[in-house]
Amino acid sequence: MSVAGGALKLSRKDFVTDQDVRWCPGCGDYAILAQVQKVMPELGIPRENIVFISGIGCSSRFPYYMNTYGFHSIHGRAPAIASGLKMTRPELSVWVVTGDGDGLSIGGNHLIHILRRNVDVKILLFNNRIYGLTKGQYSPTSEQGKITKSTPYGSADYPFNPIAVALGAQATFVARSIDVEAKHLQETLLRAYHHKGTAFIEILQNCNIFNDGAFAPLTDKETKNDAQLVLEHGKPLVFGKDRNKGIQLRDGKLQVVELDSEVTQEQLLVHDETDIGLAFLLSQLAAPEFPTPVGVFRAVTRPTYEDIVQGQIQEAKKRRPTDLETLLRQGDLWTVS
Amino acid sequence: MSVTPAEPAVQQQSKPRVERDQVVIRFAGDSGDGMQVAGMQFTNESAIAGNDLSTLPDFPAEIRAPAGTLAGVSGFQVNFASHEIFTPGDDLDALVAMNPAALRMNLGDLKPNGILIVDREQFNELNLRKAGYDSNPLTDGSLAKYQLYPIDITKLTALTLRDTNLPARTVNRCKNFFALGLVSWLFQRPIEPTQKWIASRFQKRPELAEANQRVLQAGYHFGETSELFASSFEVKPARLAPGTYRNITGNSALALGLVVAAHKADRPLFLGSYPITPASDILHELAALKEFDVYTFQAEDEIAGIGAALGAAFGGAIAVTTTSGPGMCLKAETINLAVSVELPLVICDIQRGGPSTGLPTKTEQADLLMALYGRNSESPVVVLAPATPADCFSIALEAVSIAVKYMTPVIILSDGYLANGAEPWRLPNLEELPEIRVEFRTDPTGYYPYLRDPVTFSRPWVIPGTPGLEHRIGGLEKEHVTGNVSYAPVNHEQMVRVRARKIAGIAREIPPTRVQGPSEGDVVVLGWGSTYGPIEAAVRKAQAGGKAVAHVHLRHLNPLPSDLGEVLRRFRKVLVPEMNLGQLVKVIRSEYLVDAVGLNKIQGLPFKEAEILRRIEQMLEG
Ligand code: SF4
Repeated sequence: MSVAGGALKLSRKDFVTDQDVRWCPGCGDYAILAQVQKVMPELGIPRENIVFISGIGCSSRFPYYMNTYGFHSIHGRAPAIASGLKMTRPELSVWVVTGDGDGLSIGGNHLIHILRRNVDVKILLFNNRIYGLTKGQYSPTSEQGKITKSTPYGSADYPFNPIAVALGAQATFVARSIDVEAKHLQETLLRAYHHKGTAFIEILQNCNIFNDGAFAPLTDKETKNDAQLVLEHGKPLVFGKDRNKGIQLRDGKLQVVELDSEVTQEQLLVHDETDIGLAFLLSQLAAPEFPTPVGVFRAVTRPTYEDIVQGQIQEAKKRRPTDLETLLRQGDLWTVS
Repeated sequence: MSVTPAEPAVQQQSKPRVERDQVVIRFAGDSGDGMQVAGMQFTNESAIAGNDLSTLPDFPAEIRAPAGTLAGVSGFQVNFASHEIFTPGDDLDALVAMNPAALRMNLGDLKPNGILIVDREQFNELNLRKAGYDSNPLTDGSLAKYQLYPIDITKLTALTLRDTNLPARTVNRCKNFFALGLVSWLFQRPIEPTQKWIASRFQKRPELAEANQRVLQAGYHFGETSELFASSFEVKPARLAPGTYRNITGNSALALGLVVAAHKADRPLFLGSYPITPASDILHELAALKEFDVYTFQAEDEIAGIGAALGAAFGGAIAVTTTSGPGMCLKAETINLAVSVELPLVICDIQRGGPSTGLPTKTEQADLLMALYGRNSESPVVVLAPATPADCFSIALEAVSIAVKYMTPVIILSDGYLANGAEPWRLPNLEELPEIRVEFRTDPTGYYPYLRDPVTFSRPWVIPGTPGLEHRIGGLEKEHVTGNVSYAPVNHEQMVRVRARKIAGIAREIPPTRVQGPSEGDVVVLGWGSTYGPIEAAVRKAQAGGKAVAHVHLRHLNPLPSDLGEVLRRFRKVLVPEMNLGQLVKVIRSEYLVDAVGLNKIQGLPFKEAEILRRIEQMLEG
């Protein structure tokens, strides 16, 4: 069991609640829960200082299964609730668990605003590209033309790209991982935790009941190395089972190239987490033409919202009298005897 | 800065003074004419002169209506008296109209023989046409029944400042102070408070400060020296309860009350809000008070405003959201979550005319049923309403104290009239205000999230960061005591009932109903919220006429005082005036089976005393 932060000796089990987990057997949420519970002891902070806040949806059941403080709130509103908590209690580690419907449909507004404000909250968006809890309607990340119960003729909606949404909202940390990629997910969670500011992770999650196999090429042993492009800061963008393919920037466009004697790794694009233009280009890569990038698209620092707010409060306390008597006695006074 | 009732600015008075015990005056002009400032400063001068007073600002509906049009007229009414008063006054003793549109919009309220001061130059052809006048009322004899004083306010202002090199536009904008100076002389108000106010308002532009001060002074002297006025008027100080006073609007009082409440609770104050008329001033005011551990969060929308507040409540702050009707619709969902998770939250609804966007700048009290019932399922919350602008201070304290004691959302129903209206406020003795006890549970022994206090039925407030008490809350139905998610049929009924009983039990906090007047008789007038003033004034008039009429005012709309039914039944008739189609009256009829009748006015304006008195008299006859 890995222990960080000195005296604290917590294990995965300490983060498991006595509640029966009620996701469908085989749901990708189990794997995510397991990784989160595994990572928590490594944060080196006591359980009582961790809060999980969610909205509504399959993913939003998450807080019930985490033996920390938890708040299962209302559809789409978790970022707002988390913002109020984090502003006033900056010492807490606040996590939001949301889904593609919760975070990008009904709660889209709150999501983009928490991202631009850079409140130090960790947001895990489980993207299964379907509505699970309400039994199988298309979601804002479903592919256009998707046939579901509510779209028997195929959905007319063009989908959101969650990474591009987050980048567009000026998020300071934007990453993608996959439910079954245990190690990658753990590493991404840890990086998110250590990022000072809002951290947004899109976690591709299989809903085996209503949208099974949505990410199969990314997770099947056979295909995944060709389908995933693992982003690593400062490293060339190489992928493929035999690590023989790469991404090049040519004429302002990204292209897949085969590595051979003519094209070497040195000629490939090198990932830079601080370059938002590059992050945006990478966010547009998708199957079948391209591999799907996973990893950290963007990581930059910017003062957090709560630090600015706390700073203003401390500054005001230094500069202005804080006695209520003076406050009430503002303006012209007169006495009646 | 403390001042005792001051002598008028100019000591040497050559003209006689006529004593009056009450005056109602309205300043009206184009929204660019500075009438709100003139009205507020006149109010301040009157407060310092020791009068009781009540104000009614009337903002134009459109922020940037074209100059000179009827839609752009802005007004500010002040009632000041040498005795206790309850309303801004029915009809006007004096009207200042800065242009034809202002005259047209306001003349109907001026008493016959009332004083009418107009800026003569503004009655030019263009402005007359914009206001819809075919002929000039100043010369066509149509104003014969008033004491008309056409004064060249614009020109006199320009003359006063002719030795400055201020641009003409700037000079023109000083004319409200000429009018204010003139009226200050006419009613023998001290102008020093306004001089001081100008100095601080234009601290960074000393040339403007000086210009406005000079114009104010010029207006004052013009009254004294011109031949127009034969006398001035004097309204002696009122006999208010001893103490130190200041003037305060409802929104300011609410903001201060929230700060004091959080201080009494020894917790930070968190306001999550989205700008909306007429509630925004509370956000503005609190945003400037960070030194008192006040967090303000201007959210992306109404929903996030209350959502963030609920998050802060979860973390142990005194959490508040402020809004008006349209925002209340959006907040219903989160209020319900607060009902379900049983966290303290104060929701301030500064009501305005509706439905939908309705009349943003006008008052109404038609959100009562929404506050009581406007959420899905059985969703009991506490509903309180302040009676007067100053009462907003105490209602804020009471709301916070109930919210934290009973772990419940509390809705405060203020309205546009209270929010912007002002009255003298006797400063409270902070020490004497009751402490607000907040106890966070820290003891893990025997802890369950929904273990209830045997008396209040309140659940323990445990904040994140407390070791050993990690727990989860949420909007799903939970099992009695343990708080685990539960869909069990009988448990659900039990939880619905216990939530209802918890709120109903808060009636124990309400003092016995105060009946102003005889404890039994012919008519009792029952009111809530800002109708307090006109009802009290009308009932006192009726009582002075020897009638067995009483006034009962409700500050607690849910739960209702436990003795209310019994009190009402002691009267032959119950009259309920409301600025809606009859909302409280519905509640009263269904709760107590009394044959209460409504008196309803839905014009975006408060009741006049006479309107209520007339109805009382009809009921006495019937
Ligand atoms: S419906 Fe889909 S997402 Fe929801 S629990 Fe079942 S498998 Fe998981």
